[in-house]
Amino acid sequence: MIRLVPRTDSAPLLQVATPVMAVLATMLAGGILFAIMGYDPVAAIRTIFWDPLFGPAAGYSRPQLLVKAAPLILIASGLAVGFRAGIWNIGAEGQYIIGAITGAAVALAAYPAQEMWIFPAMVIAGAVGGWAWGMIPALLRNWFGASEILVSLMLVYVAQRIAAWMAFGPMKNPEGFGMPGSRNLQQYPAASNPELIAGTGAHWGVIAAAAAVLATWFLMSRHIRGFHIRAAGIAPRAARFAGVKPQTLVAFCLGLSGALAGMAGLFEVAGPAGQITDKVGVGYGFTAIIVAFLGRLHPLGTLLAGLLLALTYIGGELAQLTMNLPAATVQVFQGMLLFFLLGFDLLTRFRITRRVTA
Amino acid sequence: MGIGKSYPGVRANDDVSFAVEPGEIHALLGENGAGKSTLVKMIYGLVRPDQGQMVLNGQPHQPADPRAARAAGVAMVFQHFSLFDALTVAENIALGMENPPPRRQLSARIAQVSQDFGLPLNPARRIVTLSAGERQRVEIIRCLLQNPRLLIMDEPTSVLTPQEAELLFATLRKLADQGTAILYISHKLEEIRTHCDCATILRHGRVVDSCDPREHSARTLAAMMVGEEMRLIDRSGRQAGEVLLQVKALSQPAPTAEGTALKAVALTLRAGEILGIGGVAGNGQDELLAALSGEIRSAPGTVLLEGADLSRLGPEGRRTAGLLAAPEDRLGHAAVPDFSLADNTLLTAGARKKLVRNGLIDRPAARAYAEAVIRAFDVRTPGPGTAAKALSGGNLQKFVIGREVMQAPRVLVVNQPTWGVDAGAAAAVRQSLLDLARSGAGVIVISQDLDEILELSDRFCALNEGRLSDPRPTEGLTLDQIGLMLGGAHGMEVAHL
Repeated sequence: MIRLVPRTDSAPLLQVATPVMAVLATMLAGGILFAIMGYDPVAAIRTIFWDPLFGPAAGYSRPQLLVKAAPLILIASGLAVGFRAGIWNIGAEGQYIIGAITGAAVALAAYPAQEMWIFPAMVIAGAVGGWAWGMIPALLRNWFGASEILVSLMLVYVAQRIAAWMAFGPMKNPEGFGMPGSRNLQQYPAASNPELIAGTGAHWGVIAAAAAVLATWFLMSRHIRGFHIRAAGIAPRAARFAGVKPQTLVAFCLGLSGALAGMAGLFEVAGPAGQITDKVGVGYGFTAIIVAFLGRLHPLGTLLAGLLLALTYIGGELAQLTMNLPAATVQVFQGMLLFFLLGFDLLTRFRITRRVTA
Repeated sequence: MGIGKSYPGVRANDDVSFAVEPGEIHALLGENGAGKSTLVKMIYGLVRPDQGQMVLNGQPHQPADPRAARAAGVAMVFQHFSLFDALTVAENIALGMENPPPRRQLSARIAQVSQDFGLPLNPARRIVTLSAGERQRVEIIRCLLQNPRLLIMDEPTSVLTPQEAELLFATLRKLADQGTAILYISHKLEEIRTHCDCATILRHGRVVDSCDPREHSARTLAAMMVGEEMRLIDRSGRQAGEVLLQVKALSQPAPTAEGTALKAVALTLRAGEILGIGGVAGNGQDELLAALSGEIRSAPGTVLLEGADLSRLGPEGRRTAGLLAAPEDRLGHAAVPDFSLADNTLLTAGARKKLVRNGLIDRPAARAYAEAVIRAFDVRTPGPGTAAKALSGGNLQKFVIGREVMQAPRVLVVNQPTWGVDAGAAAAVRQSLLDLARSGAGVIVISQDLDEILELSDRFCALNEGRLSDPRPTEGLTLDQIGLMLGGAHGMEVAHL
């Protein structure tokens, strides 16, 4: 029989080493997979992890890195705070979609006014929409003890239906010749989220993501609320003894991660995506869960992990174009990354022993 | 059958020797922490003795694990049941067997045994539908199916109604009459007196006496259990001053399924006074501490500090007002195991020691406070950066108590302040509580250690099933009376004598 025995010696270095090991193992396993499928494994790995940054077409793909990384980091910063407290918001994707809708609603209602307040109001509306969507699992958990994991996840599918309804119904572009989808906010200057510095990909969402990293770092390491969150995740009774109300913490964590996800949705719909369609949600909310864990639930780790996962998105697309790799490559890579990370994590905390049973 | 065993040093068991005869119900009597559980765990193969030997049926008995002990004919019914709620009686029993027979055959045997020993039980019922007494029967039948030579019962009546307890004793008597030896652990004097043939009394890990309990009164048994050593109480410099803490008609439903409801608890604590609250574990100690610390909020007007109503305030508000607490469980309740000692000061001292201002943590201040506690309370540790879980029980307890005492509370409530702590640390903790009271604070000591309560407190209350008795001055309180207050009665008049 194989048994897992907790390790007594836990080196802090392993905390940093396991994500790196997981990335390397993913590359290795991915390479083997590509070889089996008949692709050149070295070329495939290089196309995904190297070419987007330094390859011949890097001029186009490099700005995309920030575009893709911004929503991931923004969402994962909030998720990491909740995960530290043992509050599992799995439905950031839904909060992202609702934030995109409520934010866009402000713009569509104001159209065609050109006022300074429109874009800031959209950001706030996006955050409030995501916050409200996150408060549903929070309140259901506090009032009825419902699992926030299940409720937040299920609400993703509700949000997707609402997005489809909006795209085909209330938000449909009246000048869109009957095509589904809202007005394109990129063509509405007061409401658009443009590239701020040409050629960098940096839009307001990138700045918000950087601010979120700094703010959550400050919260977790300098503020007593962050201390309480960390305590609650490790020793809930001690946290209650310190004066933490579990209900308040649930509402804070789900509200915060919801608001950040909602803002990410708004920045996306006002910028790179441009309009509300039935496919507003592209999976950033789910990928951000991997980002948070790969980043060790630490704000700086989240930043690095967000950039890496963004790289797999861009690299995967590139490999699709240049090598005809299947579109599912990215998801396979992201899945393997989480799998290896959790696997290595387990091995850093436990030893495997064999025991002969009588 | 003779069992002899010794343990060196200040251990749970020190040179314990006693013998249990076939057909005998033998009581193992002692206060909490006297070493009863460690002793039976050795017999059942859960703990290995460092020294000495055991003999079972003339054979050396050295079980490597419970499986070996069971094979040798030792069975044990634990205080806490290990049953799967969703499964039936027969399924649960089959799970505990090495080679379970076919289900139909097993059910027949269960029915047979339950009839033979007067333990009515339907093998097809699900555990979740059974009462505590019925669950215990499942555990007993599980043991009886092994035809044990020695059956160990660990505080079996603590979960039973009086009627169920009577039924249990009838069963045990039948078993004994068939030649099974029964080792019966309890601190309920009256049931031992009426039902046991022989009693071995443990105190501080040693056998202090053995006797025929039927020939002694409950009061003499209590005296043997607690010990009549001279106690040196230094009450110098302490004077009861004005009333600090008042608890009035505090009733609170049980917070969890295993918890205890508090029933109309009332107490008054004066400045400079130490109030001792004794009682058997699980009678509401944790709940009382939580209701005082603020982890449980109670109805308005039930908890007053210097006249101010704190009932609706949480732990932080109460600390600011001057009511501090140190819970029993050091790791995971009083301290976060993975946090450094410096970080652990932030759990309770943030406001009073100004370690947190406007929500911002002052890390140098937290570190300095941890260092001050470490110095003042002689906590043996490399420094404030050490994780709480790396400290020994005694050192962590000194840190936890020191963290509260050095905040200069008006009232400090401690639960089991020296539980599992070595003698030196225990003395330091007790002295610090005495010093705190001398400085004019009020202290409540909740403890199962009677010696500790007698050493520290001016007045004594017993906590029984969530009810608190009226206080008695410890000066002039006889062991007799303490034993009776603890024995399960809510007042002297209903005590069993």
